[in-house]
Amino acid sequence: MNFEWSGVWDAMPTMLDGLLVALTATGIGYVIALVLGLVFAFMRRSESRWISMPVGFLVEFIRSTPLLVQLFFFFYVLPLIGISVSPLATGAFALGLHYATYTSEVYRAGIDGVPQGQWEASTALNLSTRRTWTNVILPQAIPRVVPALGNYVIAMFKDTPQLLAITVVEMLGGAIAIGSETFRYSEPIAAAGLVYLVVALLMAWVARMVERRYGQVRV
Amino acid sequence: MTTTNGEFITFDGVHKSFGKNVVLDDLHFSVGAGERVTLIGPSGSGKTTILRMLMTLTRPDRGTISVDGDYLYHEKSGDQLVPASEAHIRKVRSRITMVFQHFNLFPNMKVLRNVTEAPIHVLGTPKDEAEAKGKELLELVGLGDKLNAHPSQLSGGQQQRVAIARALAVDPDVLLLDEVTSALDPEIAAEVLDVLRDIAKSTDVTMLLVTHAMKFARDVSHRVLMFNEGKIIEDASPEQLFNEPEHDRTKSFLRSVIDES
Amino acid sequence: MSSGLMSFIWEGLANTLLLTVFGALLGLVFAFIAGLGRSSERKWVRGIAMVYTEVFRGFPSLVLLFVLIFIIPTFGFQLNPLIAGILALALNIGAYAAEVVRGAVKAVPPGQLEAAIALNFTPVQRLRKVILPQAVVAMIPPFTNNLIELLKATSLVSLVYISDFTFAAQLIRASTGETALVFFGLLVGYGIIALVFTTAMKLLERMAARSLGRTVPSGLFGRKEVAA
Repeated sequence: MNFEWSGVWDAMPTMLDGLLVALTATGIGYVIALVLGLVFAFMRRSESRWISMPVGFLVEFIRSTPLLVQLFFFFYVLPLIGISVSPLATGAFALGLHYATYTSEVYRAGIDGVPQGQWEASTALNLSTRRTWTNVILPQAIPRVVPALGNYVIAMFKDTPQLLAITVVEMLGGAIAIGSETFRYSEPIAAAGLVYLVVALLMAWVARMVERRYGQVRV
Repeated sequence: MTTTNGEFITFDGVHKSFGKNVVLDDLHFSVGAGERVTLIGPSGSGKTTILRMLMTLTRPDRGTISVDGDYLYHEKSGDQLVPASEAHIRKVRSRITMVFQHFNLFPNMKVLRNVTEAPIHVLGTPKDEAEAKGKELLELVGLGDKLNAHPSQLSGGQQQRVAIARALAVDPDVLLLDEVTSALDPEIAAEVLDVLRDIAKSTDVTMLLVTHAMKFARDVSHRVLMFNEGKIIEDASPEQLFNEPEHDRTKSFLRSVIDES
Repeated sequence: MSSGLMSFIWEGLANTLLLTVFGALLGLVFAFIAGLGRSSERKWVRGIAMVYTEVFRGFPSLVLLFVLIFIIPTFGFQLNPLIAGILALALNIGAYAAEVVRGAVKAVPPGQLEAAIALNFTPVQRLRKVILPQAVVAMIPPFTNNLIELLKATSLVSLVYISDFTFAAQLIRASTGETALVFFGLLVGYGIIALVFTTAMKLLERMAARSLGRTVPSGLFGRKEVAA
């Protein structure tokens, strides 16, 4: 069988539909990861061991096990407990939960990176705990975490093909659908690979720009 | 200019700048075989750059450097000077070694291996011979009981003494000492300097030193060169230079160094 | 559970471990070639190494797996699926680990290279005797992260019908209908494998640190993102 570049080209309209799905899953998942990661980070810092320990264990557990299996788990188990949402929503949630365990580590490193003297100075000025967080610690921690957080958008986008396992038709899923109609798989899969690569490299470039502009720690 | 006994090391028209900052400006000087020469001057005046150039760690922009008739960065091709090959540089470099301000011991090797690694793998000395000599040298610097310690388990002064033994182990003709006590407490520094005094007495190795330890410089050197803004402004015997400096800049520099210590 | 189903699990587990271990070994080879290649003096070597790391970090591993399984055979190369799986995983993880190699080599203090030059070591000796033994110690903690990422990525091969741990679980789910239990058990299984790998790497890390005369504080959950 020969490889026909025209087949790659023919698959492009389907790829664009798939790209939209992949970007939607990435976008929703990323918001979940950013918010849930912060929640995890705070809970792991809790003074109560009854909170910090189980959350720490859960985070390590989710981070050490495959996203694919987590996708299956939620896809099959959520309906059993009466939650029926679309596969795309399930996928975005699983993606967000998985990456929240990564972002929580990034937040933690960012917060730990703020010098101890900043806490002490806040105490010396009698700032409330909340004001210390919002006006002193977070403004210094966030610039430190921007580059790492940017990289996780790209990582999440590259994990979206796994959503095909729970019937979400993104680009790779689209390619397989074309293949099952035309009995030619190579060209549409190549098309999917090409689009993933181009978009991921583009995202990496944007992340580098963002990092250059906002990521520097000003002293 | 004072006389030198022969021209073992020669800098000829050497120029170096880092960006707009001119560190060495058309430098000419030579050092005789077995001579001990101390380079003094304010920081940034180019002293360390001279040692680094001799060690092939920093390349000159212009000019030539030669050691015992061999060019360091050039080789002769017919009657033309062409940039030296790696093999040529290694051949000339084999006669030179350096002790650094921050010791730079290899943390992945124990003390004895730090000293024997180059003799065995660069000079091809048989292992037992290299180890016997290494032990002897470590004994000489007062660390005969630390052969199997990791460098990280030693104090700064001990690490620097290992570094001195490591340098002597390759049997150099030229020993470069770059601010070897600047990173040490005064008391510890004195121990290291005592070791170097003994070595200066008992060998005929050519030494170029950059140091702020003026008493030591006076004791061991035959000649002192005062650097300022990339040029040698005074070249004299230690007695002459420390007792009756000619140049005003030398006077003010010596006063500031003595005030400091 | 019948012994037939149990044998699926054992076979799946064996394949998952096989994919992880051989993927890691082959990935290590790619990582060192590309990671050291990026600090080569030759421009074309740097170029190839950079293209490799950028492309394979930008390429989803599942897509890579599909390319090796479905596209490469159309050009006449028939790969054993398990070998194709190992190759895809290794190409992917190798690109990430290459950055680890590069960073660790760059992090060796410049004084070490200068001392090696002062002792007249050859360029190869400088790398082998001085730079790498120190850099490798710094590589182990990030390599532990890479290894766990690789373990997780092996589950993707189940989507191209390679009978790994996840694939075995799918078979059992289909024949028993115990959905929640099977997938939960599968997650716990991966968690335990990850813990074993992490513990082994932790031991390796302590041994390596000892080679530099350092000690590493102990701790069970030692796997942390290394702050840049």
